[in-house]
Amino acid sequence: MPEPLLRLPAARALTLAGAALTILSTFLAWTWTTAFPGNLTVNGYPGGLQTITLTGGILTLLHALAGHRVKGLRWLAPAGTTAPTVLLALGTLATTWYTLGAITTDLGGLAHLEPGAYVAAAATLLTLTGALALPTNHQTGEAGGAGGSGGAGGAGGAGGISRAGGAGEDTGAPGARPHAWHRFRHTLTTGHAPRPTPLPAWAEILVIAAAFALGLAAFTYGIDTEYGELFVGYLLLAVFALTALGRSGLTARLSALTAKHRNITLTAAFAAAVCFPFLQTNDAYANLATSILIFATVALGLNVVVGLAGLLDLGYVAFLGVGAYTAALVSGSPESAVGVHFPFWAAVLTGIGASLVFGVLIGAPTLRLRGDYLAIVTLGFGEIFRITMLNLNGKTGPDITNGSMGIPNIPELDILGFNFGKTHNILGAPIGRFGNYYLLMLLATLLVILVFRRAAESRIGRAWVAIREDETAATAMGINAFRLKLLAFALGAALAGLAGTVHAHVITTATPDQYQFAGTVPPNSAFLLAAVILGGMGTISGPVIGAALLYLIPNKMDFMQDYQLLLFGLALILLMRFRPEGIVADRRKQLEFRETGQLDVPEQGLPDGAVGVTKAEA
Amino acid sequence: MTTTATTPAPATADGTPVLTATGVTMRFGGLTAVRDVDLTVSAQEIVGLIGPNGAGKTTFFNCLTGLYIPTEGTVTYRDAVLPPKPHLVTKAGVARTFQNIRLFANMTVLENVLVGRHTRTHEGLFSALLRTPRFHRAEAASTRRAMELLDFTGLAAKADHLARNLPYGEQRKLEIARALASDPGLLLLDEPTAGMNPQETRATEALVRAIRAQGTAVLVIEHDMRFIFNLCDRVAVLVQGEKLVEGTSDVVQADERVVAAYLGTPFEGAPGQEELAEVEAAEAGAGTGAGTSTGTGTGTGTSAAPGTATDPGARTEEDR
Repeated sequence: MPEPLLRLPAARALTLAGAALTILSTFLAWTWTTAFPGNLTVNGYPGGLQTITLTGGILTLLHALAGHRVKGLRWLAPAGTTAPTVLLALGTLATTWYTLGAITTDLGGLAHLEPGAYVAAAATLLTLTGALALPTNHQTGEAGGAGGSGGAGGAGGAGGISRAGGAGEDTGAPGARPHAWHRFRHTLTTGHAPRPTPLPAWAEILVIAAAFALGLAAFTYGIDTEYGELFVGYLLLAVFALTALGRSGLTARLSALTAKHRNITLTAAFAAAVCFPFLQTNDAYANLATSILIFATVALGLNVVVGLAGLLDLGYVAFLGVGAYTAALVSGSPESAVGVHFPFWAAVLTGIGASLVFGVLIGAPTLRLRGDYLAIVTLGFGEIFRITMLNLNGKTGPDITNGSMGIPNIPELDILGFNFGKTHNILGAPIGRFGNYYLLMLLATLLVILVFRRAAESRIGRAWVAIREDETAATAMGINAFRLKLLAFALGAALAGLAGTVHAHVITTATPDQYQFAGTVPPNSAFLLAAVILGGMGTISGPVIGAALLYLIPNKMDFMQDYQLLLFGLALILLMRFRPEGIVADRRKQLEFRETGQLDVPEQGLPDGAVGVTKAEA
Repeated sequence: MTTTATTPAPATADGTPVLTATGVTMRFGGLTAVRDVDLTVSAQEIVGLIGPNGAGKTTFFNCLTGLYIPTEGTVTYRDAVLPPKPHLVTKAGVARTFQNIRLFANMTVLENVLVGRHTRTHEGLFSALLRTPRFHRAEAASTRRAMELLDFTGLAAKADHLARNLPYGEQRKLEIARALASDPGLLLLDEPTAGMNPQETRATEALVRAIRAQGTAVLVIEHDMRFIFNLCDRVAVLVQGEKLVEGTSDVVQADERVVAAYLGTPFEGAPGQEELAEVEAAEAGAGTGAGTSTGTGTGTGTSAAPGTATDPGARTEEDR
């Protein structure tokens, strides 16, 4: 029988008390001086990092109450409340103790902590202790699964059996008290959530909208963090809270909803993204968001090449560069060798066209190679692009690109009298220069998402995946592998070119060193590939999330600048070890990397009888 | 079991050649893997291709399907020379399966079959991006046809499963369904029953017959002699890259050279002859015993020798 890590009486009461005390402690002063950013000195009003602890405390309390079967909170954790409670308690503990540590090191000594700080430290520890003594979810989860799932009885029951098998492995030999680490690991596992009671369509849509509103709020808070410590605290809690969300079964339910209403989801995501600049008071954060969007869009384009067709392209940033340089040349920069000033749409089309041609030119000879050879050759071509741009400076070659100086002073866009360089008042909110470009880039991102989705779910997309899976078999099925790979390469290049044209206008210059293989600032080819792999290959939200993380983390944590690439490499290694399918896994990848121990039984689309047959044959 | 040798071959084979291979020779450097092989497959005919390991059967298959370009000789399909590219061969109407199952493991069963429809649909990228009505119609038609094929092979209930999660026998079936999705006039099966138990083998036999009944000619490589001689209208024997015999089951089973190819030639002189007689006597007994137990009485004592090649170990021929 699985048992919790700690044996304590009144674990629930302890958890509740700890969480309540944590909340209370954020209203106390943690330090005496405002030298530490965020003003943690006021009694009765949480500030800075205290708000993060407060959020963590509230979330823990809610989950602990849900564990008490309080009405109205059961939906919080359909798969079991213990694991999310423990994770949230851990997250709160981590962010609180990090805060206290940061105060101590920043100000130099424990003397700078006020009593409130010790209360917070003790309270978070108390919560975690209580949470670790909570009964594990397996008994309750399974009882719920078998009893409460009416129509899904067959599938739920079968799932329960396989879970019990897994639990047996986890806890080792029956009878013996399992090792503490195993018990801890076990505390963090939950069962399978029973099938939700069906909601009316409008309610489901409302849930999606609410989820995106929450997501927007959380994301906006992250972008708007003003100092590194706050961002670290935010990130710590966010990581634990998101894991808790996954373990509580809410993520699964939400993704089931979004899969059901995909167009509404896309609309909601787009609407939330449009709202972003209206919530900003500082155009610098809009700048950050614009850079993230550009990075994410290029990553999505790369996802066509890597995620769908399985072509490892290490020189992808060159296509962004081609788009940017083309736009820079034809958009009326005084330094441009081509003295023309195209309207924006024409510049975009030229940029896309140039990238497309470049993609076909590079793809045609290289795509006959497979695997590692393709990666090496694309890496080479990516660098060739950069060095060519450096050398077309009038000294070592014809004067086209101005060499390392690049093409500066690209004029601001002006579409139908709307000058992107100026601040406009839209709906009462001032939208600055970067806000304008953010909204423009958002349209480009939406276009790329639509292209990706529609291409993926078509005859062409299936052929790409087939080539990725087994090229020989794909050709034997009548697929012209070379032509389709070239098509993927060209489409990817065109999408990067589109992003590149906007990129050039946003940063107003095109220089060669922005488009290199590896560097500390995204976008470069290595970071692009990392964003795709980190986020989840073949998905839409994956590269966007990956790009946001990879852009925000180095940007916010400037104190670890020197170790950035080292930490980044470490993070990638850890991720590949523990979650090889990426942050967002499509169903296929999840099944590919995880031994589920049972046949893949689809949630829907089959009558229960058919599922039964499958089980029997297994 | 209905599959006995006494079942008359359906009179549907009308004799018009679908596939004609003339003088196909394949050399790898100094090694001649296939030498001057002629083979004809007529419409609605099931032709078997047998031979010991390393005889060049799979190489010959690869020559037919464009994976290899034969050093000499031509392959024509319905009077047109087959182009030396696998996807064009499939487009022309020759589909194949592989000796080692090569499914798209991480695609669903339905998607696998849909990929097989690739050559018979023509919706390009722009059609997909714009989601034209034509695109929706074509997708719906493809899905309908794919589900028909899954019904036909008995996999419809597992349409949403990943191909890698299917049991072995069903993976073989799925490979056949995927090949059939390109509406081939000729289906090439490379050891379709390798690794199967007798029940699955009989099911495959029935499936191949059903495929023929739908108007598709079948050329099949197999080591399971009972399967081959039950199923095929005609059998060709390939030994060391050369075609030794071709004819009906009876003719092939009666041919001494085939026996020699599988068992080796005896030494000159009396001891060898005596040994051969002993072996033949023993195997004739074993052969008929096995034959009656499964209800497949071939009725000819000479079937004994090729029958011995029904050895599971013989299935491990390397895919060349």
